[in-house]
Amino acid sequence: MTQPDDFLALDDELDEAEQGIRDVVRDFAQDRLAPQISDWYERGTVPREIFTDFGKLGVFGMHLDGYGCAGTSAVAYGVACRELEAVDSGLRSVVSVQGSLAMFAIHRWGTEEQRQEWLPRMAAGQAIGCFGLTEAAAGSDPASMRTTARRDGADWVLSGTKMWITNGTLADVAIVWARTDDGIRGFVVPTDAPGFSANAIPRKLSLRASDTAELVLDEVRLPAASAFPDVRGLRGPLSCLNEARYGILWGTVGAARTCYLEALSYALTRTQFGRPLAGFQLNQRRLTEMVIAVGNAGLVGLRLGRLKDAGRVEPAQISYGKLANARAALDVARSARAMLGAAGITLDHPVMRHLTNLETVVTYEGTEEMHTLSIAAAITGLKAFR
Amino acid sequence: MNIVVCVKQVPDTETTRTLKSDDRTLDRAAADGVLNELDEYAVEEALRIKEAHGGEVTVLTMGPDKATDTIRKALSMGADKAVHLTDEALVGSDALQTSYAIQQVLGRTGFDLVVLGSESTDARTGVLAAMLAERLGVPQLSLANKVEIDGSSIRVQRQTDYGYDKVEATLPAVVSVVEKINEPRYPSFKGIMAAKKKPFETLGIADAGIDAAQVGLANAATEVVDFAEAPPRERGQIVKDEGEGGVAAAEFLASKKFI
Repeated sequence: MTQPDDFLALDDELDEAEQGIRDVVRDFAQDRLAPQISDWYERGTVPREIFTDFGKLGVFGMHLDGYGCAGTSAVAYGVACRELEAVDSGLRSVVSVQGSLAMFAIHRWGTEEQRQEWLPRMAAGQAIGCFGLTEAAAGSDPASMRTTARRDGADWVLSGTKMWITNGTLADVAIVWARTDDGIRGFVVPTDAPGFSANAIPRKLSLRASDTAELVLDEVRLPAASAFPDVRGLRGPLSCLNEARYGILWGTVGAARTCYLEALSYALTRTQFGRPLAGFQLNQRRLTEMVIAVGNAGLVGLRLGRLKDAGRVEPAQISYGKLANARAALDVARSARAMLGAAGITLDHPVMRHLTNLETVVTYEGTEEMHTLSIAAAITGLKAFR
Repeated sequence: MNIVVCVKQVPDTETTRTLKSDDRTLDRAAADGVLNELDEYAVEEALRIKEAHGGEVTVLTMGPDKATDTIRKALSMGADKAVHLTDEALVGSDALQTSYAIQQVLGRTGFDLVVLGSESTDARTGVLAAMLAERLGVPQLSLANKVEIDGSSIRVQRQTDYGYDKVEATLPAVVSVVEKINEPRYPSFKGIMAAKKKPFETLGIADAGIDAAQVGLANAATEVVDFAEAPPRERGQIVKDEGEGGVAAAEFLASKKFI
């Protein structure tokens, strides 16, 4: 018999450890996060304790090796993202930014000293990281960034402003990408460095249970050892984005699943014209399209996860997953919202919250347009940008 | 210290549970099996004792093949190894027979301390710890909400309606725990990944020296004679407060002898 929440029985493809990790993260998400998310969302906050709870759970940098990280498969990490984003995209974003952007950057590009200093504390959730690449005037085109790092004796001095930075006001450490005479380079910036400040971005209508900030670097002086030693150009930050996009393409499966299950449950109990909404053909079509969208997105996640674990996943394939799954999830959320009618617009149901979140998820970490062009570049050999 | 935790796979309490119509035993196929909730507290307490005093934690279960899922969870939490007693001959065993079978396995593993949840959420007999202690000839410390070990002596607080009793004994012993004792940990990801590499012994009744004539439904000392669906819940009584609500509530409580 098919299960509504896993119609293709995809989770049978997970190995024992991946299933175990799924169960733990799902239990945690449903027991500790789901009951409070509406409240956090309404108040526009994410409690600091979430980071220590996530740290204890082990999700920060879980697919990295050593330095207090669990070293799970990429698939297990994807499943964890799915179960977290089934509650809220903002909570998954916290994990993506900490693990895939900040920790991955240090793990992949940092010196041994930088890794020892930051990774164990970040894995435990005792230190929070953020990632500064985007600027107000440099979004899809990060090469046009204006933030600079100049040498002053042995020191580096950073100046500029980064925008839309998740975890920004909470962070203990920021990975900041800046122009140098030697191309774009990455820096590990303790947020208590003089000249560093973060301003929360107010009045958000999306990802409200997530901290989003502007980072201001006003002549921030750092020792020579703050720079990542070996990486130059956009290759550095793009490698991190690839990691984070991988988490997103799994996470959106969870958001879509929640919206679909909510619509299903609502349609089975709400009656109009003397029968449940689910008994009307137009709604049956909607539900069928949702279950197909959720199943297909899950398949994409699993396939890309297995490729990633085999060390064979290409950035254009990650673009495929991010584009296809974020778009699919947004469609499911919109359809679910429509089925719930007026009830769909409040925080009493999760769908409008997911819907507004997904409006961000579909554009952050590469807009639909950029991923479309990346995929097209891979299949045509012709770059339509740059 | 050699600590053995006895755990049981039970049908998920969030699903509809039922007995089979033919032999009136639990229909295990009808519901997902999960680790009995109180047993999670038992595993947690065993791990804490090990962390404080050293030693090894063995998880022991008796149940069908799929009970391995339950054992994996306990191993993921941090137990060191597992023993799974499984045999067709054991199907339908009652508490008395189960205590005999477990006793036989404990004879193989040895133990300084046996920890159990105080009852399972399926049969809810709550007698296994007592039966086991009797068969093993060791002290039973039941319904513990706190356990302290000092050398070879063990002290527990036994939960009661009026507070708690202080109970003390000498190891080896059997302890059953209640949910107030601790907060079970979530399995760590490393623990989950390590679980499948941990020693896992599967025993049949012959391996454990269990006499087939003393186990199984046909030889059970107790019998489920009949069962029926739980009656649907009756509608509650609604009192509209028109100034007399407090009196009505008090009268209701008095009629039920609560006050």
